[in-house]
Amino acid sequence: MSDFDTAVRLVYLASAVCFVLGLHLMNSPASARRGNQVSAAGMGAAIVVTFVVVAHDSTITSTGWIVLISGAALGTAAGLVGARRVAMTAMPQLVSLFNAVGGGGAALVAIDDVVRLHSLHIGTAPLQVSTTTALDVVIGAVTFSGSLVAVGKLQGIVPGRPLMLPGGRAVTYAIAAIAAAGAIYEMTGRLNLWVLIVVVVAALVFGVATVLPIGGADMPVVISLLNAFTGTAVAMAGFVIDSSALIIGGALVGASGGILTKLMADAMNRSIGNIMVGGFGTGDAAAAVAGDPSATVREVSADDVAIQLAYAARVIIVPGYGLAAAQAQHEISALADLLEDRGVDVSYAIHPVAGRMPGHMNVLLAEANVPYPQLKEMEAVNPEFGQADVALVVGANDVTNPAARRAGTAISGMPILDVDAAKSIVVIKRSMGHGYAGIDNELYANPKTGMFFTDAKAGIASLSTAVKSL
Amino acid sequence: MSTQLVSDLSIFVLSVLVGFEVISKVPAMLHTPLMSGANSIHGVVIVGAMLIAASAHTAAGYVLAFVAMAFAAMNVAGGYVVTDRMLQMFRRRPTPPGKTDGPAA
Repeated sequence: MSDFDTAVRLVYLASAVCFVLGLHLMNSPASARRGNQVSAAGMGAAIVVTFVVVAHDSTITSTGWIVLISGAALGTAAGLVGARRVAMTAMPQLVSLFNAVGGGGAALVAIDDVVRLHSLHIGTAPLQVSTTTALDVVIGAVTFSGSLVAVGKLQGIVPGRPLMLPGGRAVTYAIAAIAAAGAIYEMTGRLNLWVLIVVVVAALVFGVATVLPIGGADMPVVISLLNAFTGTAVAMAGFVIDSSALIIGGALVGASGGILTKLMADAMNRSIGNIMVGGFGTGDAAAAVAGDPSATVREVSADDVAIQLAYAARVIIVPGYGLAAAQAQHEISALADLLEDRGVDVSYAIHPVAGRMPGHMNVLLAEANVPYPQLKEMEAVNPEFGQADVALVVGANDVTNPAARRAGTAISGMPILDVDAAKSIVVIKRSMGHGYAGIDNELYANPKTGMFFTDAKAGIASLSTAVKSL
Repeated sequence: MSTQLVSDLSIFVLSVLVGFEVISKVPAMLHTPLMSGANSIHGVVIVGAMLIAASAHTAAGYVLAFVAMAFAAMNVAGGYVVTDRMLQMFRRRPTPPGKTDGPAA
């Protein structure tokens, strides 16, 4: 290895160290921003050293330079516009879009390798290259098209409800079989460009056919899984071009996506397989079935609730996706500020799936200026409900349903927030409609529970007005 | 198996294990910025995109290199910027009124 090669490899190693340190610093909100900067510095170093390598090797043509720089300029501009403009509620779409381009980029690296070998009339490759090429192309292409469908669903371009293709599962399985057969053919070391094209097309169709039937509310799992796929595809691209930077970067993302997928599936009490088969849920949290009208609930007014909140020592707010859908984050934060000024201890109980991607609700509340020490995870906050005077549930449903503790219901075993342990419970809700699981919420019939039927945004604003006038 | 494959495979497996170890310590509160930050890291595919641009000599090669460069650059630039945008919102104390873009506490 020449001195130059050694130096280059050491820089890539330093980049990998920056990635790991960056992720490590994310273990606390106080250091997370610095972590992201460390990670970005590592990326900068990898890019700069690659520039040096490209210039040093001088195999690049002048057209190659133009392609490289114009592609980089276009991509950077698009990325910056997206990153600056995106609303925090639309974050899952943007992350999915970056999954798509990352997976697509990884697939292109391997496709290019085959195209180059084809133009040199080389039809075979060592097993290391052929196997990882096939895996990279399949995973990368599935991620690309699947993520774009997820973007469409989250953005409302494609209906959020599960869409079954004509022919349904059989067609999907047939496409999967074509992609797999082609990929296996390539893996044996025969790198045929035409077979590869068939594999790419089949994988793209498979990505679409897999994500379309998945309901909108299952998106946190889908995004996490596609994130893991993207990481894996990038790592495979690293095997193809023998780049440790790509292998390490991809493996880290694969691990991260894998952990988040598992956490989300557990929090929804569903298996990953069950979610991927799809056909579940109505998409967005809109109530599918009207609730049982005979259920007796106690209705409360804004003034009743305001008095309860203002004279409480401790209030726990339970936000759900309905809060974000109603864009009521700023209203709830303003109400919490008023209560804090009166000396009430306010915190937020956040269920892992309260949003459209892992941790989404925390970002939405942070944007509304909620200080992060008030944001509490399910395990940390559950023992605290017993000491809470009021639990204020806004836009959350199934994750507060005590029926989950019993066997034999649609949500049995699902981890829930122990809202019913609070001394008093207030639920802000538009109607008695059902949540995602389509069953009655037993919390509403609890004698401790007062139902405040209203739109979340207007309702919380009226609570603030009522608290101010006390 | 070639030496190269074995060494690449070792790097891959150990990186996955390091990833599990580091990421399982990230609090749920930061899972969105974590995913977005991890997203930026897979933008490292830009290294691959640059190398294919360097070896491209045919029209097909240039097109593939251009698209790969654009995808990867979008991933890197957008990913880091949006992660930073999210993380600067996480504050220990609320921002004083009238000041919305102050440094993180």
